[in-house]
This record gives sequence, C-alpha cells and structure tokens, in this order.
Amino acid sequence: MKFVAVTSCPTGIAHTYMAAEALEQAGKAAGHEVTVETQGSAGTDAIDDAAIAAADGVIYAADLEVKGRERFAGKPFVDVGVKRGVHEAAKVIEEAVAAVERGVPAGSAAAAPAAGGPATKVDANASVGTKIRQWLMTGVSYMIPFVAAGGILIALAFMLANVAWGGAEGAIEVTAVDQAAVWADFDWGNLQHYAVALLGVGGLAFGFLVPVLSGFIAYGIADRPGLVPGFVGGAASVAVGAGFLGGLVTGFLAGFVALWISRWKVAKGVRGIMPVVVIPLLSSLIVGFLTLVVIGTPIAALMRGLESWLGGLGGNQLVLLGLILGAMMGFDLGGPVNKVAYTFAVTGLATTGLTADAAQYKIMAAVMASGMVAPLAMALATTVRKRLFTEAERENGKAAWLLGASFISEGAIPFAAADPLRVILASLVGSSVTGALSMAFGVTLVAPHGGVWVLPLIGNPIGFLISIIAGVLVAALIVVVLKEIRYNKINAAQQAPQHTAVTTA
Amino acid sequence: MSTPLILPELVAVDVDAADANAVIDILAQRLAEAGRVTDAAVFATDVRAREAKTSTGMPGGIGLPHAKSEAVLAPSLAVAKVPAGVDFGAPDGPATLVFLIAAPAAGEGDHLKILAALARKLVHADFKDSLRAAPDGAAVAAIVNEAVSL
Repeated sequence: MKFVAVTSCPTGIAHTYMAAEALEQAGKAAGHEVTVETQGSAGTDAIDDAAIAAADGVIYAADLEVKGRERFAGKPFVDVGVKRGVHEAAKVIEEAVAAVERGVPAGSAAAAPAAGGPATKVDANASVGTKIRQWLMTGVSYMIPFVAAGGILIALAFMLANVAWGGAEGAIEVTAVDQAAVWADFDWGNLQHYAVALLGVGGLAFGFLVPVLSGFIAYGIADRPGLVPGFVGGAASVAVGAGFLGGLVTGFLAGFVALWISRWKVAKGVRGIMPVVVIPLLSSLIVGFLTLVVIGTPIAALMRGLESWLGGLGGNQLVLLGLILGAMMGFDLGGPVNKVAYTFAVTGLATTGLTADAAQYKIMAAVMASGMVAPLAMALATTVRKRLFTEAERENGKAAWLLGASFISEGAIPFAAADPLRVILASLVGSSVTGALSMAFGVTLVAPHGGVWVLPLIGNPIGFLISIIAGVLVAALIVVVLKEIRYNKINAAQQAPQHTAVTTA
Repeated sequence: MSTPLILPELVAVDVDAADANAVIDILAQRLAEAGRVTDAAVFATDVRAREAKTSTGMPGGIGLPHAKSEAVLAPSLAVAKVPAGVDFGAPDGPATLVFLIAAPAAGEGDHLKILAALARKLVHADFKDSLRAAPDGAAVAAIVNEAVSL
C-alpha cells in the first residue's frame, strides 16, 4: 500500500524527524511505501499532490495541529501522535493498513475534491434539500461572472449610445442597428459604432447564461460527464424560448442522465471510450431531444407567463414584491433564503429583449439595495453606540462599511452569529424597507453585483441611495434599541447580586 | 558548514550521574565551555521545560533531551555515555546514551536541516551501535559529523 504521513512535535527538532524516519523504515520493512511530510522547525516539505492522490491512507503522527489537513480529506487515516510514530512505528503501520482495509471512515468522505476540476459547492453528505440547493448554487456561481460581464457591457453600451445619438432615445436606437453591417464596415471615428460593439459583445456574453447555468448544475450533480448534456440542454432551452427556467430543468435532467449513464456496467473495451464518446453522445441526445420536443414548450409558456406577470405588475404590487424580496435578503445574510431571492433577480436579468425599465431590472435593484443594508447598519451601529459591541465587533464594523457598500451581505454574519435574534430582526425590517422603497422609486439595475461601485449603471441612483440610507437607519436604530434594553438588563442584573453581597457581608 | 555540529570535547564518556537532570547539567556545561551556549543554567532550564512536556527517552537506551533556546549560539550536539543508565522516561528502561541537542531560538534553515538529519539517523540501530562502540570523544564526533554532513 501507499501511505502519506504527517509528523510534528512541540519543538520541531527531534521527534518530527525521528518519527518520519521510523515510519519510512517500518513501512519499507513491511513492504509499504510511506511518504512523510515533516512539519518541523526546518520548515514543511510539502508532499506533492500526486503522492497524496495515489495514497491509500494517511498517518498523522503529529502533536501539533496538522497544516493543510484538508488535502488528505476523504482518505482512511490513523491519528497516533508523534511518540507512537517513533516508538511503535511498525505497529502504527499495521494500524494504518487495517484502517485502509476497513475503508473510508464515516463522515470523512466529504470534501474530497475531484482532482484538478472546477470547484463545486456540493457536500456529499448533505441532505437532499441541501444538495438541491448546492447543485443550484454551483450553476448560479458560474453564471454570475457572465451576467456581470454581459450586463455591464450592455449598460455601458446604453450609456454610450445616449451620448452618441445625443439623447435618451440612443438606448433604443442602438438596439435597432444591424450589427453585422457594423462589423463588416466598422467606422473607427463613429461613437455609435462603439456603442453597437459594446452591445454586441455584451449580448454574446449574455448568450452563455442559460447554458452555463444548466451545464454547471449538471456538473455539480454528475461531475465532468454532466457538462456536455448540461450545456446542450441549456442551449436547447434557449432555442425553444424556455429561458432560465428551462435551463434549471435541463441542468438537473442532464446531471441525472449523465450520472445514470456513467454508472452503467460496460465491457472493458467500451470503458475507455465512455467518457469521451458514449456518455456525452447519449446524454446530449436524450437531454436535447426531450428539451426541444417535450419539456421545452410548456416551460416556454410558463416563462412567458412569468414575464407577462412581472411586466404587468402595477406600482403597488412591485412595492410589495420589493418588500418581500428585501425581507428575504435580510433574513439570513447570504444563506439559502437570501440566495433564493438573489437567484430570482439574477436569472431575471437573463431574460432576452428587456426594455430599460423592465420589472426584472427593478427587482435586481431592490435585491441588491436590500442586500447592502445589514452590514452597513451594523457598521453604523458600532460607530454610534460603541459600548454595545465587543472589541471584535467594532473591528468587524469597520470592515462592514466596505462589505456593505460592495453588496456583500455576509459582512453582517459575525454580528448575527453573536446575537442572532436582535440582529436578524433589525436586518429583516431594514432590508424590507429598502426593497420596498427601491421599487417605489423605480430604481433599475442591469448588473448582478457591485454595490455602490456600479452606481453609474443604476437607473435613478439618488432613489437607490435614499432607499439604502433609509433601510440602514431603520435597521441600525432597531439593533441599537434592542441591544440597549439587554445592556440595561445585564447591568441591572450585575449590580443586584453585588448589592446583596454587600448587605450580607 | 563552518562550525561542526559536534566536537570531541562535547562528548562525555563514562558519566556517572544520579538522574537525567544531572546529565543535562553536565552536557549543558560542556556546551557552555565550548562557546556553543551563552549560559549553561539558562539552557538547561529550557531543556527541562521541554522535557516536562513529554519525556524524550527512546527505545534502545537513548535519551534525547533537546531545546530551542535563546542561550544557544550555534546548533550543537553534546553526547554522554552513561554506563549505569539514567531514566529519560523511555518505556523500555533507562538510557545509556544521551544526546543533548541545542538549537538556536531563531534558527536558519540549514542548521535545522542538520539537526533533522541527526534525528533521522538516531532511528537507525547501526548508527546507535557504532556510537556505543566508539572508544572516545573524537570517534563519536567523527561518526556524527560524518552522518549529518550535507
């Protein structure tokens, strides 16, 4: 067998190396190959990844915290301490062999990443509901950069078009231009042509949204075999007008079809061509065919229904929607509920042929604005009422200004973790206020992320800022009041026993 | 390497000591006299502090006290042969061969690599046997310096 081992000891001078040598020698004597990483005072000679990948098991003969333990995740291991590594190396090797024969210990099989592949957000041990969310988030996380690149290019195209055509009509004019004619005869001095070019490149990036979403959901489920049917299914979904909703369905469909085919027991001769020919061919055929002729059309109808519903929403209904989305954004600060609201907004951006004031853009603006509230509110609260917060929280508060301004809701998590009830209540209310106000002001946003840094791309930036400030003030006020009440209670409680102590003394 | 890890005068043969502490004191004194540590008492205290964490007795009659210490000027090894044996807490009995490793508090990589090489050598029975068989300090020093030369 092949083993990798880590040795370390308090001073990092003697035992680290003695254990390493003892394990190597004992391994050799028993016919095993042991590669040791000594984490001692002469530095760490890291085992290369290939040796780790090839190893059957891991031996920890370490008295210190093992550095980079995650590299060995998912392999059977024994954890014996450095002394036994020195004194009883042969026995330790025997135990390691036994551990490998028993197989992977329960609970440690997770997190063994497919070597070299793109990361997923999938934890193999999670419950079904959690896994569905993780598959979905894998797809969404790979889609977001495309949305950012495409969305911002398109927004810049509209801004430039307004200048080039000399008026607000430019944003409409630029979409009517025959792009092929511009590519064939690009006028280097014509601003309008540059606007068309930005729009063209942005549109191409947007064209990948649904296939990437679908492809990486399937990748999350089935690993590499899922990619091809996932992308093909996503493209088929676009072709029949089923949009991102269809892309979600094809992603899951492709993932499970690819997983199913990749588990077929096939003859040895066929096994070699399974990953390059058989799986992609069959899974793409199945997923593509089903999408085009069976599931695509009803989903397309559903999409049109959703779009016309969003398009037909009146002012009050949009405000209500903003309130709900805001509450979702503020509720768990980057958790599942927050991600549902965010995914709803981002996938909405992928709808083709939206006008500049489409409901989808308003939703994106409301979601981003409300997602910025919690960290900014905590930052404000730590600034105005220092004594209510610990030293660590005040430090976090400084960082939270920047995190909030950049639309990273997670900036408020340290506060919520320390005092969930008060912080989440404040965040919930403040974010709802911001979501509703953003809708009321008709703020629009074409970029999926960016916080104040995409302010130039925001329709009605003043309204955007007012919405955020209002929500931040509300949330900060609530958290300060709630914490004051508790603070006073604690103070009263602390003074009371002291008082009795004095009287009894 | 300008300063060898061990010199003949850092080897004490036929040591008669009551316990591990006495051996550590004798070897620390030798290191101080050879100019390898600034203060024998300070260094011995650091060694005992390390010994208090876990004992350093090895199977096969080896004691391996060691410390990283501010008092150490150059990485060094002092060796004591204790025919009667002193207890370093090894499971299989007292140590008759004691290695005291002195490492500077702020070590450079090369020096520490030499100590690492020495620690690896100490696992091998033939290395220990040859040291036991060595008649005097010069022979011990030669064997060690030979073994760890980079």
